[in-house]
Amino acid sequence: MQKYSIFNLVKNAFSNHENWELAWKDPTPKEEYDVVIIGGGGHGLATAYYLAKEHSITNVAIIEKGWIGGGNVGRNTTIIRSNYMHDENGLFSEFGMDLWRKMSQDLNYNVMFSPRGIINLAHSDAQMNAYARRGNSMRLNGIDAVLLNREQVKEIIPMADFSENVRFPIFGGLMQPSAGTARHDAVAWGYARQADSMGVDIIQNCEVTGFDVAAGKIKGIRTSRGNIKAKKVGICVAGSTNILAEKLNMTLPIETHLLQACVSEPVKPVLDNVVTFGAGHFYVSQSDKGEMVMGGDLDGYNSYAQRGNLPTLQHVLTEGIAMMPFLSKLKMLRTWGGIMDMSMDGSPIIDKTHIEGLYLNCGWCYGGFKATPASGWTFAHTIAQDRVHELNAGYSLNRFSTGNLIDEKGLGTKTWIS
Amino acid sequence: MLYINCPHCGMRSQNEFSYGGDASVKRPELNKEVSDQEWDDFVYNRKSLRGKHLELWQHISGCRQWIKVERDTATHEIFRTFKADEEVA
Repeated sequence: MQKYSIFNLVKNAFSNHENWELAWKDPTPKEEYDVVIIGGGGHGLATAYYLAKEHSITNVAIIEKGWIGGGNVGRNTTIIRSNYMHDENGLFSEFGMDLWRKMSQDLNYNVMFSPRGIINLAHSDAQMNAYARRGNSMRLNGIDAVLLNREQVKEIIPMADFSENVRFPIFGGLMQPSAGTARHDAVAWGYARQADSMGVDIIQNCEVTGFDVAAGKIKGIRTSRGNIKAKKVGICVAGSTNILAEKLNMTLPIETHLLQACVSEPVKPVLDNVVTFGAGHFYVSQSDKGEMVMGGDLDGYNSYAQRGNLPTLQHVLTEGIAMMPFLSKLKMLRTWGGIMDMSMDGSPIIDKTHIEGLYLNCGWCYGGFKATPASGWTFAHTIAQDRVHELNAGYSLNRFSTGNLIDEKGLGTKTWIS
Repeated sequence: MLYINCPHCGMRSQNEFSYGGDASVKRPELNKEVSDQEWDDFVYNRKSLRGKHLELWQHISGCRQWIKVERDTATHEIFRTFKADEEVA
């Protein structure tokens, strides 16, 4: 594989950058693989990469219905954080933070990781108490957390609405300074390029139409490009999880819902953190291009449409304007939607299934992007070793029947309420 | 914007409604031994169909009645609406 470096950049400049190697190949599916990963998104690509790198399993195929990185890894708001209260979520995400910090060097691909800090705003004394508790839980797990009072928040984000007579005055906030953003497309492409270079077949435009299961054991998959035998199969398809589960006669504690995001026109640097509104569901950061990147609630009903409706966008942006009134002066540049695999307790599932050799990775709700490296790493471990790693032991499929839920927000089973 | 034909009030915008989830989920019958699997299916497990989906909505800013809506989850097209106690053929 051609290394990306300043020297290669200069060298290729002499040939007008026309002789760069393709970043990954376009292979024809082989008859059989040791491991087939269904879903060429961030998590699937990362899983294949760590299977090759950590477990030396390279006879691997990634099967993608569309093109790699065209789903949620290309549709998110790029936020990376580990500000969770529960141990399972905190330790898992903080493990991921380590991988994020090393990712650009590890992949030889600039993912533009920018640890700019995230601030969750508090709008009441009770919320400050809750944040103090969450911050303390985070620090016990070795995650950085700082409780900010009103004046400290004002110093960092003076453009927020600090007037006295507002419906949701800012009391303070909880900050995780090491949180941040990264360039989402680069994450998918970086993992794809490295996985390909280690022998993984990235097979695009290939839809999975069924599974071959015999005597409780996975034998292979059926696809629009023929049958493929596999010793092990990992499902990593986010919002399409239920569609594949139906082909396996499984019903899962997952519903598919629509989540929108949007960006404004680019403006000069004004916001160098990620900020979330504490009295509703709205978050904003500023991209390197200057666009304000914003998102919030689900559209609120089951949906497989990768496009949203205006009432939700209006609701979300009303919260944004309440928090930072200057946003009302900006023009909207783009809006888009993606389909989320909403689990019944808001936490993901990375586990084996009742079918031997079939593994499941789903339930990422609002937080799939930041989990990309840790999800790939632990899913690769689960597949390679045929047992869960302690980091994803809590993310079991049977926790719903045993009552060991990881209900970070305490929202219950109405996945569309946020 | 979705427009939902409330069987009590007529065609109204989605802003007047709140969502209630899959209408095909049935609570296990009372006075009967209920297995863990049955509770699991009732409380957590969902088919989350792509295509025609029968779901509950409440006309919260209108007549406040719960209704059933048959809607396509891929196109958002609404086919039929029913009163809450109406049987869907």
